[in-house]
Amino acid sequence: MIAIAPLPLHTAGPYVAGAYIAFFLIVLAYVAIMAAKLSRNERTLRELTEQVRRRSEGGDEENGRR
Amino acid sequence: MYGKGLRALSLTTALAVALTLAAALYWAPNDAYLGFLQKIFYVHVPLAIITLCGFVAAGLMAIAHLRTGDSRWDVRSYVAIHISLIFGVAVLITGSIWARGAWGHWWVWDDPTLVSFLLVMLLYATYQPLRFAIDDPERQARYASVFAVTAGVFVPVCFAVVRLGPSYVHPRTLDNVNSNLPGRMQVVFYLALVSMTLLWVTLWRFEITAKHVAAQLRALRGLLTEQADDAPARRSAAPTLTGVGSET
Repeated sequence: MIAIAPLPLHTAGPYVAGAYIAFFLIVLAYVAIMAAKLSRNERTLRELTEQVRRRSEGGDEENGRR
Repeated sequence: MYGKGLRALSLTTALAVALTLAAALYWAPNDAYLGFLQKIFYVHVPLAIITLCGFVAAGLMAIAHLRTGDSRWDVRSYVAIHISLIFGVAVLITGSIWARGAWGHWWVWDDPTLVSFLLVMLLYATYQPLRFAIDDPERQARYASVFAVTAGVFVPVCFAVVRLGPSYVHPRTLDNVNSNLPGRMQVVFYLALVSMTLLWVTLWRFEITAKHVAAQLRALRGLLTEQADDAPARRSAAPTLTGVGSET
């Protein structure tokens, strides 16, 4: 058994804070990566919307010429 | 509609995690032996339980994929393993910090609980490289599912074997013989377990939704540019969704 006597608050505090902060940082990093992917999807959606808009404008002009 | 109810779920999860944090730090009593350091228990143990359950859930989803051939089950299994791996990293880090405070060591190689968890993590760390090594998407999905099922069976077996063996330094949580969590500690522990489960489910659904949106955008781009079948597919470890346009 390696266990030692209980640590006082001022000694245990940094360990507890470190563990909780590490956990939240991991979740935060994951959410940040997902947010980056979301903004990439948003950009793709904008491009596709623009493509559809251009295509429909082109179609309208062609119909007008006829 | 994969994103349906995600906002409510996210808010519930945030609330539950905040409540758990407050209850663990301010309401639960200090441990008689470990003192304030024992507060790490409320994040470390539920995370470990959810990680292992997540791996088993991924195995069950993989069984559904092998039975039905539906690529959505492959995506679900893939995301379950991904989220569980992230949780597992958090378990290792929080556990190491706790070990340093309680035992004076970051890691103890003699303890079967620690080493078996590391083994499970290393096993699942090979999942993505395995997928990446296979070019054909269908074969990739099938092999990945077989891996998820096999590894998913290994997890509870490994857990049971470790529980049956002697404990060296790592304590046994929720032991039938020596269960000694007093009232408030038990309440906070179960609250933490619920909030970590909610967090896992929220992140899992969040990623599934993102994957389906990305697949739908790819399909839409293919329809608009009319190059879907001609363009060479980029090699990826991520699962390929088939028949995206028809699903909601």
